[in-house]
Amino acid sequence: MLFVILAPLVLAPAALAVPSNRRRPLVLLAGALLHAAGVAALFASPPPPRAGAWLAFDPMAKVTLLTTTVLFLAAAIYAQGYLARRKDRDNRVFVGGLLLLLAAMTTVALSQHLGLSWVAIEATTLASAPLIYFNHNARSLEATWKYLLICSLGIALALLGTFFLALSGAAPGGPRSLLLDDLIAAGPALSRPWVRAAFVLLLVGYGTKMGLAPLHSWKPDAYGEAPGLLGALLAGGLTNFAFLSIARVFQVTRAAGDEAFARDALVGLGLLSIALAAVFVVGQRDFKRMLAYSSVEHMGILALGIGLGGGAAGGAFFHSMNNGLTKGVLFLSAGNIHRAFGAKTTDEVRGAARRLPVSGPLFLAGFLAITGSPPFSPFFSEFAILNGAFGAGRFLVGGLFLALLAVIFVGMATTVLAVVQGDPGDAPRVPDTGDSWLTAAPPLALMVLVLLLGLFLPQGLRDLFGAAAQLVGGRWD
Amino acid sequence: MLFLRTVLHLAALLALPPLLLGVVNRTKSIFAGRVGPPLLQPYFDLAKLLRKGAVYSRTTTWVFRAGPVVGLAAVASAGLLLSMGGAPAALSFAGDFVLFAYLLGLARFATALAALDTGSAFEGMGAAREVTFASLAEPALFLCLLVLARATGTLSLSGMLGPALPGAWGSAGPALLLAAMALFVIALAENSRIPVDDPNTHLELTMIHEVMVLDHGGPDLAFILYGASLKLFLFGAILSRLVFGRGDGALASEALFFLGVLVFAVGVGVVESVMARLRIVRVPQLLVGASVLSVFALVLLLR
Amino acid sequence: MASFVDLVFVLVVVIDLFLLASSRLGAAIRTVAIQGALLAALPLLLLRETHHLGHAILLAGGALAIKGLFIPWLMFRAIREASIRREMEPIVGFVPSMVLGAVGVALAFAFSSRLPLPDAGAHAFLVPTALSTVWAGLLLVVTRKKAVSQVLGFLVLENGVYVFGLLLSDVMPVMVEAGVLLDLFAAVFVMGIVMFHINREFSSLDTEKLSALKD
Repeated sequence: MLFVILAPLVLAPAALAVPSNRRRPLVLLAGALLHAAGVAALFASPPPPRAGAWLAFDPMAKVTLLTTTVLFLAAAIYAQGYLARRKDRDNRVFVGGLLLLLAAMTTVALSQHLGLSWVAIEATTLASAPLIYFNHNARSLEATWKYLLICSLGIALALLGTFFLALSGAAPGGPRSLLLDDLIAAGPALSRPWVRAAFVLLLVGYGTKMGLAPLHSWKPDAYGEAPGLLGALLAGGLTNFAFLSIARVFQVTRAAGDEAFARDALVGLGLLSIALAAVFVVGQRDFKRMLAYSSVEHMGILALGIGLGGGAAGGAFFHSMNNGLTKGVLFLSAGNIHRAFGAKTTDEVRGAARRLPVSGPLFLAGFLAITGSPPFSPFFSEFAILNGAFGAGRFLVGGLFLALLAVIFVGMATTVLAVVQGDPGDAPRVPDTGDSWLTAAPPLALMVLVLLLGLFLPQGLRDLFGAAAQLVGGRWD
Repeated sequence: MLFLRTVLHLAALLALPPLLLGVVNRTKSIFAGRVGPPLLQPYFDLAKLLRKGAVYSRTTTWVFRAGPVVGLAAVASAGLLLSMGGAPAALSFAGDFVLFAYLLGLARFATALAALDTGSAFEGMGAAREVTFASLAEPALFLCLLVLARATGTLSLSGMLGPALPGAWGSAGPALLLAAMALFVIALAENSRIPVDDPNTHLELTMIHEVMVLDHGGPDLAFILYGASLKLFLFGAILSRLVFGRGDGALASEALFFLGVLVFAVGVGVVESVMARLRIVRVPQLLVGASVLSVFALVLLLR
Repeated sequence: MASFVDLVFVLVVVIDLFLLASSRLGAAIRTVAIQGALLAALPLLLLRETHHLGHAILLAGGALAIKGLFIPWLMFRAIREASIRREMEPIVGFVPSMVLGAVGVALAFAFSSRLPLPDAGAHAFLVPTALSTVWAGLLLVVTRKKAVSQVLGFLVLENGVYVFGLLLSDVMPVMVEAGVLLDLFAAVFVMGIVMFHINREFSSLDTEKLSALKD
């Protein structure tokens, strides 16, 4: 199990040591392949759970790690093409940082100790901040500053929340531990007010990292200014781990008997995020910022799914995978469009489908998938969540959710269609930026995966989502 | 014995205040590297002013003449309520701290009214500033006195500053320390000292207190000067008892008390030497800060 | 002794209030350094038989080195390189923010005794001090405009978390050390300012100018 953490961790300094700007991206590919192999080995022979272990391969970890390793592999292949085109920038920090990010994310997934989770999440912030500054201009500096400031505030609050949680079990006879199993076993013995306060602080803290409204304000800036490759990994990868941490804290809160409160908080924040995303997506001219708001929306959907529970929880875990993969498609193809036009607003970009025969249509297909059009997989996961809402008799929540999804579909469609359709004509052009195998194949592969998951969901995955949902009191219908 | 101490205190109340001004000025001159005026200079000034006649503008009324007299009388009466060196004051009853604060308020009211009576826009500006800042300093003073009342469990100044005070340091030390800090800030503000106001300034636009008394001369000015030094002495006395309120036996506590007042004067001199005046817009911030400190002290006591 | 510990806690809170009112960055940095040094003394002052002496010394030394010396030094370097000395009028003025801070302090001190503490022997001022410091830090980060002030606010916030962590020092010492790790995070954060040279790009450390990105 340690291998999947250590492999990228060891390769990161190796990447820093490689002198050649041209060969360094190969280290990234090696890290991605090793990580994928490690995850595959874990699936082939899952390590038996040990009591008191700080790392475990539980169903939640399986879902997020599977998504991330696929996404990271696609991103690493894409990086070969992308970084070869970005000879103007030293990629030493970028490659090293990506590998560190992968190691930290993997730690979050496997960690059963809430303190360790906190440290690992802190490490993801540290590893990703310099990456946002990759372009070294005023705008990316601004984005980096906001990302650092807002996320570090969230992290500090999350630490306070972790302390509260530790305190809730610190009474003599309490678990006196931050291991998930111990806390859940102690359950009602935990001090209720502290658990509730801890849940609020951790929801706010990790919610900041996840990008739930109203703590999302760093997201459009960071995603808008970061390279598309990083956007894919942040929106499709990192946010899932923050979601995972919140789900773990929810497990404890539920065991302590404060389930109703926590569910209400999650549903409330979830709907707020979706509504806020709807407001900002409409009329958004910058297509990368539009994707960021779409990410806020989908984080809201995840929170909503967990908050509703029942079948919606299973849908939420399915959706975390779908959102991760589809965000990969969208950010990678958006990155290609951004490079080809040297611009990222609908004022200047049009006719992407003609200039980029693969990335342009992929961007359109990704948009259709992310907004929940059949037969792509997000349709099924969003449907499961909606079904959960109506099944539980929460008609208002379900109706609101549906209406907001429609608004977002229309809002995103205006921007995406403006980008993809039309005649590029005199739109700005950057030489040598057309679709190449290395930059077009990874998003295409992810898109095919999203389509396949929609058409046929293997029984193994169904069981996995069911098992993950069971941890938070849900099921897979 | 108690009678003797009361007589001593009343004598000190009447005789010592100008000396405090002398000590403040001497401290400042030492910091500035000057020889400075003699310690007794304020007495000479007062004597000189008292021998002069007064000139009154034709636009002024009796209000202008009453200002200095009422001001001095009010501050002196406030002095009667103040316990010094742990002995009860000449006059004391439950709740007398309210009267104490309002006698100081009355003195300020009389001075401000006299300033307005001159009809000069300039003095009116000074009066406006003085009253604005006083309205912020007064709540802070009350809060400090409340802290003392709560810590000692009495409602008269003689009790608050009496024998119970040293004992209260054991149980409510942090709160009393905060109150002392706030009280020092209030003392600086109430007595028009740097960093709130500069008693020596003649830069018209920055003056607060001094600008109000520009039209007074002769005995009137003497009353005002003497009243100001008396007020400084009152705050010095409270702070001295609060901070140096130790010592068993009458003699030791008396000695400590007068030493404390002296230290207070030196402290004011040091602050005046090392600090610059605050911009006028920042003064409310300082005074609100003093209130905040005393609120915090009160919360510590009430919890 | 108890009264002395009281005093340290009270001073920590007074420093919070002072910071909310302070506009001079140099003075503010020095004050945060003093707060850090006071906090570093706490593990030793609160030492009880159940605690490990070695652990407390480690914590105190680490906190003093990072909070009291290293970070203030970095901050001074940052303001020297950017040659800024004052905070401008913040989004919420100095007086209102001080009053807001005081309200938070009053609430924290008035109500913290109602919180159920598992450890009855814990110092009565510990939780309210921690909560008021967190509150003051949040106010600072949210209302100030200069990057340096925002980092100072973050440091104060994190000082509050650290104080709270002391409550857990005998239950799970490792977590408390994680709190000090948060300082390392802050240190990187601060170096970020120097490294990223906001002043080079924008000719000041004023985050108001970081406003190209918005909707």
